[in-house]
Amino acid sequence: MALNININTGSSVPIYKQITEQIRLGVATGRLAVGDQLPSVRALAESLAINPNTVARAYNDLAHEGLLETQPGRGVFISAKRQVLSREESRRRLEPLINTLISEGMALNFSAEELQAAFAKQLRQWQNEKGNHHE
Amino acid sequence: MSEPPVISTRGLTRYFGKRCAVQDLTLDVPRGCVFAFLGRNGSGKSTTIRMLLGLLRPDRGTASVLGCDSRQLTPELRARIGYLTEEHQLYGWMTVRQAGEFQAAFYPRWDEKFFRGVIGHFGLKPEARVKELSRGMRAGLCLALTLAPDPELLILDDPALGLDPVARRSLVESMIYLTRRADRTIFFSSHDLADVERVADHLAVLDYSILRACCPLETFRNSVQEVKLGFAGPPPPLPPIPGLLQAFRTEREVRIACVHYNAATERALQALTPLTLERVPLGLEASLIRYMGERGEKTLILSNTEVSS
Repeated sequence: MALNININTGSSVPIYKQITEQIRLGVATGRLAVGDQLPSVRALAESLAINPNTVARAYNDLAHEGLLETQPGRGVFISAKRQVLSREESRRRLEPLINTLISEGMALNFSAEELQAAFAKQLRQWQNEKGNHHE
Repeated sequence: MSEPPVISTRGLTRYFGKRCAVQDLTLDVPRGCVFAFLGRNGSGKSTTIRMLLGLLRPDRGTASVLGCDSRQLTPELRARIGYLTEEHQLYGWMTVRQAGEFQAAFYPRWDEKFFRGVIGHFGLKPEARVKELSRGMRAGLCLALTLAPDPELLILDDPALGLDPVARRSLVESMIYLTRRADRTIFFSSHDLADVERVADHLAVLDYSILRACCPLETFRNSVQEVKLGFAGPPPPLPPIPGLLQAFRTEREVRIACVHYNAATERALQALTPLTLERVPLGLEASLIRYMGERGEKTLILSNTEVSS
């Protein structure tokens, strides 16, 4: 697996969510491709020194989203990516992320134009990287 | 679902003189879970554990372990329970190997391979003398002696006490290893919330001898919420808020921690017409500290709740 999962205790993000977010990001950025195998619940739990139920919970959530599937006797695999959130729900989740970007950016004394430019530049760079991963 | 709990107490109470050490404790520990028993020093955790094991008589109420009243545990049942105390009982003149052989004689299901695995994990040599071991190594040996009989129920009283970070991690890994068998239950007291977050799926909190919370860890985290309200000037006085744990005011802000935050809570807060209202995500430690404030909240005592997985 081309993905290194790290977890932090004491974070405001629960451990199962840290795992789902990292796998989701891995898929979104192309570091994990459809068909890639993930470690078993037991193996990931032991390598991260966390309760196996926590890993199972994370895998279940991702399976519900259609992001991964368990093939009995073979293992856990990244499956076809499906859009499960409604457009409206996705928008609702996006809003606070953008608000954070704006307020933190403004606090760092960037103008609206500078923020827009920086965002566009980063987005282009990210798209390029993702393109490379797919090759 | 209807499998009987591994540990069950009803109205368990114990006094030391006039001081109540454990008051009216009613608690169920489901089979197969890793259950963290939390609370400040002197809150009654060790007293509870000693009553569970039949080492101390309750003044009122009952405790049962593996379906048997704690006061009537037979040697056969005791052999199915692993118990690690705060004070380790070891013979200093023995070697690590001899300590293992000595212990093995008492247990028919002794797993020598597991014993060697755990001592190796803690960097212990079989020929080392017990009296020459460091604190972390002694703890590792005690853990190995407790785990090798393959206990159905493992009860650990503050196992992380005084351990260095490496030994603590070995402890956590050993606990996780034990959960390979789905029917094994671990009940442990601890002050180390990082370890609790790693291994526990259920928690109970004892405070001043009273049970304050008992539920799946995830339920606990989801139920304690904090919001931050921003105002143009000094924040107005707060209306009564259901489940309020703490309110912290600054010049233009008020932070409110409450339990069971819901639409009604949100409406009560919106009625104050704040400029901003945002959720502040909390870690496990912050949630516990908010919950354990002086309001004496006891609304997170849930029974018969399964881990959502």
